[in-house]
Amino acid sequence: MRASSLAATLIAGMTPTLALADAALTSADPKERGYAIAARSDATDAGFGASSVRLAMTLTDPRGRKTTRELQIDTLEKSGEGDGDWSVTRFFSPPDVEGTALLSQARILDSDNQWLYLPALRRTKRISSANKSGPFVGSEFAFEDLTASELGKYEYIYLGTETLGDGTEVDKLQCNPLYERSGYTKLHCFFDTETFQARRLEFFDRGGRLLKTLDLQAYRQYPGGYHRSHRQTMQNHLTGKSTTLTFEDFDFGVRLSRRDFEPAALADF
Amino acid sequence: MTADYSEQLGRRLAAWSIGARWLLLPILTALCIAVGSGAATLNFASDYRVFFGAENPDLIANDNAEGAFGKPDNIAFVVIPEQGSIYTAETLTAVHRLTDLAWRLPFVSRVDSLTNFQNTVGVGDDLIVEDLLLDPNTLSPERIAGIRAVAESEPLIDGFVTSRDGAATVVSATLQLPGDTPNVASAAQAEAREIRAQLLQEVDGLEIHITGVASLSAAFEEAGLRDSSTLIPAVYAFILVVILLALRSVSAVFAALSLILLATFVGMGVGGLGGVQLTPISLAAPTIILTIAVADAIHVISGVRAEMRAGQSQREAVIQGTALNFAPIGITSLTTVIGFLTLTFSDSPPFHHLGIMCAAGIAAAWLLSVTFLPALLSALPLRFGRGPAEAANPMTALADWVIARPRGVAGGAVTACLAAMAFIPSLTINDQWSQYFDESLEFRQAIDAADPYFGGDAVEFVLDPGAPGAVTEPRFLNTVDAFAAWLRTRDAEVAHVFALSDVMKRVNRNLNGDDPAFHAIPEDRRLASQYLLVYELSLPYGLDLNNRVDIDRQATRVTASMKDISTAQTRAFLEDARRWFAENGGGYQLDITGSKVLFAFVAERNIEAVFDGALYLIVAIFAILSLTFRSIGVGLVSLIPNALPLLTAFGVWALLVGVVGFSVAAVGAVAVGLIVDYTVHFLSKYFRARKSKGASVEEAVRYAFETAGVAIFLTTLILVAGFSILLTSSFKLNADLGLLTATAVILAMAINFTLLPALFLLAERWRQRRASGARAPSTPPL
Repeated sequence: MRASSLAATLIAGMTPTLALADAALTSADPKERGYAIAARSDATDAGFGASSVRLAMTLTDPRGRKTTRELQIDTLEKSGEGDGDWSVTRFFSPPDVEGTALLSQARILDSDNQWLYLPALRRTKRISSANKSGPFVGSEFAFEDLTASELGKYEYIYLGTETLGDGTEVDKLQCNPLYERSGYTKLHCFFDTETFQARRLEFFDRGGRLLKTLDLQAYRQYPGGYHRSHRQTMQNHLTGKSTTLTFEDFDFGVRLSRRDFEPAALADF
Repeated sequence: MTADYSEQLGRRLAAWSIGARWLLLPILTALCIAVGSGAATLNFASDYRVFFGAENPDLIANDNAEGAFGKPDNIAFVVIPEQGSIYTAETLTAVHRLTDLAWRLPFVSRVDSLTNFQNTVGVGDDLIVEDLLLDPNTLSPERIAGIRAVAESEPLIDGFVTSRDGAATVVSATLQLPGDTPNVASAAQAEAREIRAQLLQEVDGLEIHITGVASLSAAFEEAGLRDSSTLIPAVYAFILVVILLALRSVSAVFAALSLILLATFVGMGVGGLGGVQLTPISLAAPTIILTIAVADAIHVISGVRAEMRAGQSQREAVIQGTALNFAPIGITSLTTVIGFLTLTFSDSPPFHHLGIMCAAGIAAAWLLSVTFLPALLSALPLRFGRGPAEAANPMTALADWVIARPRGVAGGAVTACLAAMAFIPSLTINDQWSQYFDESLEFRQAIDAADPYFGGDAVEFVLDPGAPGAVTEPRFLNTVDAFAAWLRTRDAEVAHVFALSDVMKRVNRNLNGDDPAFHAIPEDRRLASQYLLVYELSLPYGLDLNNRVDIDRQATRVTASMKDISTAQTRAFLEDARRWFAENGGGYQLDITGSKVLFAFVAERNIEAVFDGALYLIVAIFAILSLTFRSIGVGLVSLIPNALPLLTAFGVWALLVGVVGFSVAAVGAVAVGLIVDYTVHFLSKYFRARKSKGASVEEAVRYAFETAGVAIFLTTLILVAGFSILLTSSFKLNADLGLLTATAVILAMAINFTLLPALFLLAERWRQRRASGARAPSTPPL
């Protein structure tokens, strides 16, 4: 999943590298230190295997009008180098789109592979798009934001340690996208210094201006030590729109295999 | 108010001011400058929507639609290659480059162009979504031909992104301009010019014009800036010339200029304190304040000069000159202030701003001219010299001419007025905003250059099927499709139509292996909803479905890009559209909004609003005149010389120009406030002769001509010159306002010199005839 070679060696528990990593976490070189902080966060999630979660996606327009979509996202931890996690997003509401399913085999620096199953058409369509910067089904999340925690997506620069409004101490990193067609020039990523989880992401547009802020709240720790945020709010500062994802309980015990993340599996639900 | 009482009050005030002058001068100056410092907060409005009142139903509908579908503020680069076709490697490469550069614009949320159009292709079970031109290095003649084929067959490109003849293309940047920050539109416009300059340095053979809604907002600001750098110097030059000619004294010029400056400070300062946003319209305020303040100053100073020439001491002359003018200036300022205040009835905030700033400035000029001005004049070395022996008063001849033939004069004047007024029905009102701007402005040139290729203003037709989620009902989508097809038949008015039905048809085709047989509205609501989801997934950065469909999926908008047609044509077109929809719209709801609609009804709304204001104005003027002359009859009679010039001016305008913009609504209030002064001046002298000197009607008319005639003539000259300066405005609404007011003022002078005295003479003759014939008790003398 979100492990790089450094993270992988960390997990392997090789003492010399651990010492090296500790040294990196306080390194005077902001790039080295930034990377070490991101890698430490990434490492906390290694090995979760698969998960399934129901969520409500609430879109709010500038006038405060809301609409909610019910989804389920099944995730399979990534399998190879250069890959992101694989996911299937199933739509339950609005009723007209019930049964529609989107399979996404994320790739870190390339276009994702995507398939969409349309029950009314009874067919699965492969969607070939270089369009990771486009919005995820009408939300303020872009496809690339959904995989924002992939370690290999960015170059990291440590900017400092700050305290968020709720008193959480965070390390602030500048994350420069390595994906050529990213919609952003940079992100500011705020990692909790205690739990190592991302608490806030700020997205800067092509003109270098703050475009969106993602706040990740209501973290809970699951057996196995995995942390999950249960309320994520993306605020678009330019348009005044926002999207809130409200998650139910994550199911880490779900039995999912690679076969469930093949195009042919989309229709069986 | 009797002349004696007001004269005494004026004397006392002037004497007191002169006595306290070393205290009064610095205090008043400091006070005016303090108020004037409020002007520092004045900013240019950077949104064309400032022209519409908060309660304007068209604006409310427009705001609601923008809340649901997003604001349409954009900057559009219109690219016209010199060699005639956009389908060349050089031009397409340049468009690709411009598309990248346009992301630099402030507040940009999306850039749309031919090259980054999200082209969708269905191949078997694959749906391919990609930029129409991703990499310009791959351009071969075949590739170019392919791009051209897509552009010409795709309803979302043809006539919208590319001109139908392939001679021009648009790169459009959508901006999310914050409404509360000043100068954002002009900052975006400046950056757009930088981008253009950069591209033109890299590429030869392109003509690029910058238009769009944000550019329109910026153009209002630029027209205002242009005006403030040309009008204000012009008006000062004019004032210097007029005062020097009229008064021939450096001290007098200094005193008058000080008064005018302070009055303008107050006017602009009150604007700043009141949170006024500057527009080309409110920027006419300094010109108007200066013009009216100069008239006040000249009345007082020429009074002082007359007293000094008659041998009075400087102090006594200043007191007497002020006292004599105390009542006339007071009454005329009051009516003018009321006239400007009635502008607050207008539906358009810039006219409120103009009204409030002018009213404050004119009120300040009045107060200063009876306090500050005498104080300053008494402190300055005043020398007017004896002056040339007064030539025979030319007004006497005019008076004799009227007295000799009142019936002919009245008949002639009334006939001429009625003849001109007969043309009023032919007056057309047009608020095609492109015509507001002078051809010297870059924005106007850009609109004119883009007009043959692309539509400008949008009309948004919001179609509502009545229930959340119902936009994907096939019956509704077919109605949308039929409506779009009808709009496309109106190609005299409509340049391009963007409808959800076109998106649906394309997705249907794409998901069926690009089989042309599936280029149709899907027959199943679930399928249509799922197609909408496919469309959402294919949208690029910065675009979302909200642009077409509201958040509840209960409404969609059909956008018609309109050709640059007049507002009358627009209203007729909208009428037709409503009728078509009533007959063929399947019972669905239709709302029509968009900037084109706002401007189409702005005149109507303003004229309606101003009629309310006019009612108060007429009552106020009637009351003031009745009180001043202590006669309801005089109040009624004097309404004639006040209403006639205005109506006649509209008639003359209809004959010579034929078209007015919505500033016409303001002219009434401004002009009436000014021309009523003539009646006040003329009648006050007339009654003074009748009552205190016991003169006959003929003698009183002659006296009024000899005493007030010159002042009226001089005031007319000043007002006409001042308002004519507005003619040089690059903003047509100001030029209209200036010219119409100047025309009304000239006509008012003519009518006050002919019809008004003729009426008094005729009434007297009629009364004499009745008295001698029937020996009836005489009516109270007029």
